[in-house]
Amino acid sequence: MTGRADITLSVNGQSYTRRVDPRLLLSDFLRHELGLTGTHVGCEHGVCGACTILLDGRSARSCLMLAVQAHGAEVETIEGQGTVAALGPIQQAFREHHALQCGFCTPGFVMTILDMLRHHDLGDDAAIREALSGNICRCTGYEHIVNAVRALVRERGKPA
Amino acid sequence: MKPAPFDYLRAESVAHAVQSLADAGGDGKVIAGGQSLMPMMNFRLVKPSLLVDINHIPDLAGIRQQGGRLGIGALVRHRTTAADPVIARHVPVLHAAMRHVAHLTVRNRGTFCGSVCHADPAAEMPMIALLLDGTVQTATPRGGRRLPARDFFLGPLMTALEPDELVTEIEMDTLPADTGWGFEEFARRHGDYALAAVAVTVDRQDGRAAGPRIAVMGVGDRPMRMPEAEAALDGSDMGEAAIDAAVEALRATIAPNADLHASADYRRHLAGVLAGRALRGAWTRARERLAA
Repeated sequence: MTGRADITLSVNGQSYTRRVDPRLLLSDFLRHELGLTGTHVGCEHGVCGACTILLDGRSARSCLMLAVQAHGAEVETIEGQGTVAALGPIQQAFREHHALQCGFCTPGFVMTILDMLRHHDLGDDAAIREALSGNICRCTGYEHIVNAVRALVRERGKPA
Repeated sequence: MKPAPFDYLRAESVAHAVQSLADAGGDGKVIAGGQSLMPMMNFRLVKPSLLVDINHIPDLAGIRQQGGRLGIGALVRHRTTAADPVIARHVPVLHAAMRHVAHLTVRNRGTFCGSVCHADPAAEMPMIALLLDGTVQTATPRGGRRLPARDFFLGPLMTALEPDELVTEIEMDTLPADTGWGFEEFARRHGDYALAAVAVTVDRQDGRAAGPRIAVMGVGDRPMRMPEAEAALDGSDMGEAAIDAAVEALRATIAPNADLHASADYRRHLAGVLAGRALRGAWTRARERLAA
């Protein structure tokens, strides 16, 4: 396969087919092709975590993937996590614990935490901090984000 | 911060991948997890004409244990390596090293073999492959090669791989249950590249060290074994004098660079401190070999 490629992928449960340049980053595809600008672009080299999405159920840096690589994949972004009127549970915890200030890093944190809550024990604060260590926030000092995750971990074991 | 244009190929088989690399005339790159390659492409430090995606080739994601060796396939993600019970039991030094590899999200994509091929002088996996007398299994259109890890690393981000050569698996020694091991690393922040790290294994026979292995990273242009320090320990009682002698031999062998994170003297000192800790820990873990 050379030149532009036709890709079909699922984003937040909806199927999209687009023709893309191989060099188009998945982060730019989500933002510019699909208009899903909730996925933020910070460093574009995998350090800041702002562009974190779920790829087939696991967190991934969308700036370190090509859109063409996501052909056939299921992608989840922050847009699938809730709305202003009906926040998702992680968003609600962030609100209750003041876990954001400017909000630029928040989509990446929310998507990272979604993966971590599903797949990791997060049994103590050290584990929570390790789980968050790949995401950079320049406002909060992290304390309130850790508080939000700790509350989410407590809720995780309870029946809905 | 966008990659330069390139063609993209989703390889269907190893033969398909290596033939495509050959057809690219030395200008192709392999992508697996992409956690090192994509940043370099975004910075345009790497500008391949063809990107060969091996993520959909069947049968490259296996971990197998056979005859005292462990094989890790080209598509085994760091997440899998970190959680694998066979590795935790039979290659505990690799299991311990995994805790220091990047962050959880990066581990979801990044691969063991990709890290070894990237050959960053401050990355854990190349050092582990070297410590455990690893062998790199490759494929080319002309057939495959088995490259010893000690001949694989040529310099920073440089390996013995040919442009049309694909690593399919890396194998290394498993450790008998009575072998002692140690892993010590210092990084400014968890998950970042280390200032230095040391990994060791040692067997205990009649109360003395047998066949010690010492590897270091972050203190040279590639991961290195420390034969002088190993020789200083072999047959010793692993007392403080023997360990001090090994640490001094190690410090005399390495020639670290200075950068904004640490001076050369600091790195040399640090590598010695880490080696001492790793060796003491390994000797505590080593159990007496029963005479056969």
